Amino acid sequence: MTGVRVLVGTRKGAFVLTSDGKREKWDIAGPHFAGWEIYHLKGSPADPNRLYASQSTSWFGQQIQRSDDGGQTWQSVGNEFSYDGTPGTHQWYDGTPHPWEFARVWHLEPSLRDPDTVYAGVEDAALFRSTDGGQSWQELSGLRNHDTGSSWQPGAGGMCLHTILLDPVNEGRMFAAISAAGAFRSEDAGETWRPVTKGLRSEFMPDPEAEVGHCVHRIAMHPSRPDVLFMQKHWDVMRSDNGGESWHEISGDLPTDFGFPISVHAHEPETVYVVPITSDEQHFPPDGRLRVYRSRTGGNEWEPLTEGLPQQNCYVNVLRDAMDVDSIDECGIYVGTTGGQVYVSADAGDSWSAAVRDLPSVLSVEVQTLP
Amino acid sequence: MIRVELPAHLRTLAGVGREVALDLPADGCACVTLGDALDALEALYPVLRGTMRDYGTGRRRAYVRFFACMQDLSHERPDFPLPEPVLRGSEPLLVVGAIAGG
Repeated sequence: MTGVRVLVGTRKGAFVLTSDGKREKWDIAGPHFAGWEIYHLKGSPADPNRLYASQSTSWFGQQIQRSDDGGQTWQSVGNEFSYDGTPGTHQWYDGTPHPWEFARVWHLEPSLRDPDTVYAGVEDAALFRSTDGGQSWQELSGLRNHDTGSSWQPGAGGMCLHTILLDPVNEGRMFAAISAAGAFRSEDAGETWRPVTKGLRSEFMPDPEAEVGHCVHRIAMHPSRPDVLFMQKHWDVMRSDNGGESWHEISGDLPTDFGFPISVHAHEPETVYVVPITSDEQHFPPDGRLRVYRSRTGGNEWEPLTEGLPQQNCYVNVLRDAMDVDSIDECGIYVGTTGGQVYVSADAGDSWSAAVRDLPSVLSVEVQTLP
Repeated sequence: MIRVELPAHLRTLAGVGREVALDLPADGCACVTLGDALDALEALYPVLRGTMRDYGTGRRRAYVRFFACMQDLSHERPDFPLPEPVLRGSEPLLVVGAIAGG
C-alpha cells in the first residue's frame, strides 16, 4: 500500500488530504468549491480516481461535481433531481401533509463495480441513481412510494436519506436509512423496498416499536460479512445478524448511546467504533472529552480511546458521515469534527493525531486506500 | 446586447468574469422579457440551470434576486419586459445572492 487519500466535505468547501502508508505527514489540498457546503464526496471502488462530490448552497441549490483524476480537477455534471411522477406529500413537523421538495444531496454511493453508476440519497428523502457518470439522475421511486411514505416525518436536520449500503455478496441487495423514517432493504437493486426495523425501539414515538419513524443515524457493514449490520440510532447502538430482519441492542457499557457515526474495522469484522455524544439536546461529547469508543467483541463491551484526542474543554460533534477507516494492514481510523479537526489513528484507534486542525466544520470524511 | 452581472459563486461555476453578454434582443424584436434573458443565460451556460430558478416549477430560488435600473424585478413574472436601458446595454441586469449568513 502506498498511501491514503482522505476526502473531507465541510461547510465551506472540500479538502483532499493525502499521506503515505505511515499516515504521519499530511498534504492538504483545497478548498475546492470554496464557500459551498460539501455534504459528501466519495470515490468509486472500481476506479479510485473517479470521485463524486455533492456541492450545494441555500442560495444556488445543488451541483454534482465529478473528478476523473483523484480530485485534482473537477467538472460539474447533472444537477436535476426530479421526483418520479407526482410526488405527493409526507408529514411536516406539525403533522400536516407537506409536498416532497428536493433540498440537497446528503450522500453519494458509487457502485461497487461500475464507475459510471452512482446512487444519491437526498432530502426530502428519496434515492436517485445515475448510470452515466452523474450526467443524469433517475429516482428509484419504489422507496419513497412505499405504503408508509406519506407518514414519514423529518428529523431536526431535515428528512434526509443519508445511508446507502451496497451488499457486495448478495446481488441486488442494498440498504438505505432515513431520518426519521428508519431503515429499509431492497433485494432488487433498489426497485422495491421494505422496512427492516424489527427490534428498534424509539421512545419519542407514540408506538416505540412502530415499523417506521425511527431516527436511524448511520448503518455500517463489513464487506466480508454483509448480513451483520451495525447501527447508531438517535439513541441506542444496535446490531443485526440477519441482514436487518431483526436488531438487538449492543450499547452495553457506553457512557451514552447517543451519537451519529459508526464504523467497522477493515480487517476485524467484530471491531466496531462509535463516538458517544452527550444527548440529543447536547450535541457534544460527555464531560468535554472527545472519546472514540471501540468494541472488539461486536458490541456491548466498549473501551474509550483517548490518546491524542482532546480530553478537556472539547465541545465539538462528529456527524454521521464524518468517520471512516482505511484498509492498510494496520487499520487507520479517521474522525472529522464540527470544529474543523480531522483526527487520524494509524493504529486502529490506540493513538491519535490531527492531520489538520482548522478547517471549516466537517460534514463528511471518506478514505481511499491507494494501491 | 444585454449585459448580465453574476454573483461570485455563479461566476466561478460558469467560469466567467463579473459580467456576461447575451445576444439579445433578436433581430427585429424590440422586447426582451426577464424570462427570455434567464433562458438565454442558461442556454449559454448550462451549468447555471437550477441555480437561479427551480427545475420543474421555474420559480426563482428564494435567496436569488434580480435587479435592473434600481428596480427589484425579483417578484415580476417571467414575461415582464426588461427596461429599455438594459436592452441598449447601458445598464446591466443584476443577478444577486441575497444577504444571508453562516
